[in-house]
Amino acid sequence: MERCRLVFSGSGGQGVITAAIVLAEAAVIHEGLISVQAQSYGPEARGGATRSDVIISDSEIYFPKVNQPNVLVCLTQEAYNKFYTIIRPGGLLITDTRFVKTVEKVDARQRELPMYETVMEKIGKPIVFNILMLGALISLTEAVRPESVMKVIETRIPPAFLEMNRKSLQMGVDLGREFRS
Amino acid sequence: MGKKIKFIQGNEVVVEAALYAGLDFYAGYPITPSTEIAEHMSVRLPKIGGKFIQMEDELASLCAIIGASLTGHKVMTATSGPGFSLMQESLGYAIMAEIPCVIVNVQRGGPSTGLPTSVAQGDVGQALWGTHGDHAIVAMTASNHQDMFSVTVDAFNIAETYRTPVILLFDEVVGHMRERIFMPEPGEIPLMERLRTSIKEGIDYHPYLPREDGRLPMSDFGGVHRYNVTGLAHDMWGFPSNNPKVVHGLLRHLIDKINNNANQLLRYKEYYLEDARTVLISYGASARSALHVVESRRRRRGERIGLLELQTLWPFPFSIVRQKCANAKYVVVVEMNMGQLLQPVRMAIDPPEKVYLANRIDGVFITPTDIRSVLRLIQGKGM
Amino acid sequence: MDGILDWGILDWKIRNPEIRNPKSEIEVIMAVKDYIRKRFFPHMWCPGCGHGIVLNSLLRAVEQLGMRKNEIVMVSGIGCSSRISGYVDFHTLHTIHGRALAFATGVKMSRPELNLIVPMGDGDALSIGGNHFIHAARRNINITAVVMNNRIYGMTGGQYSPLSGFGTLATTAPYTNIDQDFDVAELSQAAGASFVARTTTYHVKQVIDLLKQAIQHKGFSVVEVLSQCPTYFGRKNKIGDAVEMMEHFKENTTPKGSKAKKENPDLIERGIFVQKDIPEYCAEYSKIIEKVSG
Repeated sequence: MERCRLVFSGSGGQGVITAAIVLAEAAVIHEGLISVQAQSYGPEARGGATRSDVIISDSEIYFPKVNQPNVLVCLTQEAYNKFYTIIRPGGLLITDTRFVKTVEKVDARQRELPMYETVMEKIGKPIVFNILMLGALISLTEAVRPESVMKVIETRIPPAFLEMNRKSLQMGVDLGREFRS
Repeated sequence: MGKKIKFIQGNEVVVEAALYAGLDFYAGYPITPSTEIAEHMSVRLPKIGGKFIQMEDELASLCAIIGASLTGHKVMTATSGPGFSLMQESLGYAIMAEIPCVIVNVQRGGPSTGLPTSVAQGDVGQALWGTHGDHAIVAMTASNHQDMFSVTVDAFNIAETYRTPVILLFDEVVGHMRERIFMPEPGEIPLMERLRTSIKEGIDYHPYLPREDGRLPMSDFGGVHRYNVTGLAHDMWGFPSNNPKVVHGLLRHLIDKINNNANQLLRYKEYYLEDARTVLISYGASARSALHVVESRRRRRGERIGLLELQTLWPFPFSIVRQKCANAKYVVVVEMNMGQLLQPVRMAIDPPEKVYLANRIDGVFITPTDIRSVLRLIQGKGM
Repeated sequence: MDGILDWGILDWKIRNPEIRNPKSEIEVIMAVKDYIRKRFFPHMWCPGCGHGIVLNSLLRAVEQLGMRKNEIVMVSGIGCSSRISGYVDFHTLHTIHGRALAFATGVKMSRPELNLIVPMGDGDALSIGGNHFIHAARRNINITAVVMNNRIYGMTGGQYSPLSGFGTLATTAPYTNIDQDFDVAELSQAAGASFVARTTTYHVKQVIDLLKQAIQHKGFSVVEVLSQCPTYFGRKNKIGDAVEMMEHFKENTTPKGSKAKKENPDLIERGIFVQKDIPEYCAEYSKIIEKVSG
């Protein structure tokens, strides 16, 4: 497979780092791939633009950071403004319609998805916003299978919340499918 | 297959490895970027009947594990630059009193408070000469989770074998990143247990009289032998002495037991050194970027370039460095400081003028591009 | 040569005529001697120093409690007081300046069945070691801290300590000391120690009694013993020789809650200030282990 370099960005509390870890762990544990995940720490991780890098590959990864992502997720305007310039030309840039106004000049496939709107409309709880986003992302990139993601979520979340997460992930997958092209 | 794969942070790997090695006492104080070690320890230790304590500061943390080591436990503390500075006095105590212990320093930017959440390798020199007085030290590092595990287990083995503090100089990048690790099975990595005295109660036990092989059998505090432990220069009984002969013998013992066993303490990895005309020497997270450059240059342009990744930094492996770089036209030390390991490398290599530095000191993880630009400069246009 | 006869015991006999029953005295001496490392005597303290009386009292306390040598760990720091650990035949850990309680915490927590006694000087305990002191007290870990307060740094030659007090003289306070001092008993109470007591080297029977109670107490215990340093504090402040300094202890102290204190508030109170039963650190950690293990 081609090496997939992803950057997840947003603000503290949106769960972007958790989403990044879940994706990377799914790739390693359930897909037999190699992956590394890194993130920004400290004051910058509490509010402001949060960032987490993930690389997924079938060969050893030495340099663990992402300079030019081929997949960039921005869940706030601040994160978008800060990071949209680093996207690899022709890469995939996923934003949320509620939080981000995109600019035209970006050399990337920009996909503006109503993720937050969907989660609030159908689930009513913003807590699974990140899982819906992850569903959309794996649907658009085919980085890992939804079952693998679900298996990781099962190890992290109390059984009572599993159904809500499963639904959100599936909604994300469906939403992503609509935006493939 | 069948091996347990985990996807965890480097700091958590250190915890798993320490427990694998038999650690059952940890004292520490929170400091970025090492804090996850304390957090995971606080969860894991009581579950196996071990003890975790959050002390009032780093000074106290190292003191507390020294106390616990004396009662017969395998012990560790973890910190970062500012905390490591505070530990220097008791580090000297552990050296002088020959107390087995492991000190993890997950390095961040310095000096002073520096860059708490950014990577650096600026404490390499401090690990060697941070505490006062003449002494020898063991300091090790690793660049990936699998090696962090085995190096950490080795650190405990060395601490017990040589009755010495061992410093693990990790860094923010390897400490915080997550990657795959195959968890070693019990028994897969050999463990060194503490050498305890076989002398029976009522017979004189000399706590600081080395055996012929230089090792000092210990007796646990609270056991049948009562003796004195001090940071003062001391005799074979552990009592203060300023007899020049005794003091000379003690200092030679402390230094020789490490430096004369440098070969046993040596850990390194090599990549493509058989034909390398350009040898990169690196360690810790920097070695990841160095290896990236080596792999991509060999693959893309067939360049004869290799990497010597050092895992034992102190005692410095002079002979290995000299030997592995004998046929190199250029040697480039890749590190995130102003050349703290460059200096001993230059001492090891003749002529020292062929040794260059590729570094970064701004808190940003050194990139393959950074290394390539240094290589372009020193290799000239023809390359 | 039995050095112990040279200092504390003679002193004690002279000042405590009621214990002059020869039979019991011999018994006591024979047993107490077993707790010392005879070959290191005579000790290194100056003539007239109060620290020998503290050592003597401590040995008697341990002997009267019938403690075995192997169950006692003495941890000390740096300074005149810390040398006490060299003279006793326990497990002894002579550490670095100010940090004895941190080492002791590691020993105690890893082997809670051991008895930890930490003799400390005033500078050791409350200047360089002040933070460790208050945190050990706060945790209420079962350690006995004996603060041998001679109000001066003796080992380095007479500099003022945080307990010297306003208006005293020292080699580093040649124009009088403008540093206010701590009240060790009040500080210990405020920090959370569950047993706090004070006495002086003049009141040697009380030293023994308080040490016995402190050692038996389950929790962090502090015994402050005002101890004379005739060489530096006494001479610098013109209080006189050792005997005069001890007279000073006699005249300027009073039992806690006494009438004399009400009449003369400047008197220093002796006795037990706090003695309470609150959760002990190691016992609480054992409960956590029990809860989460297995």
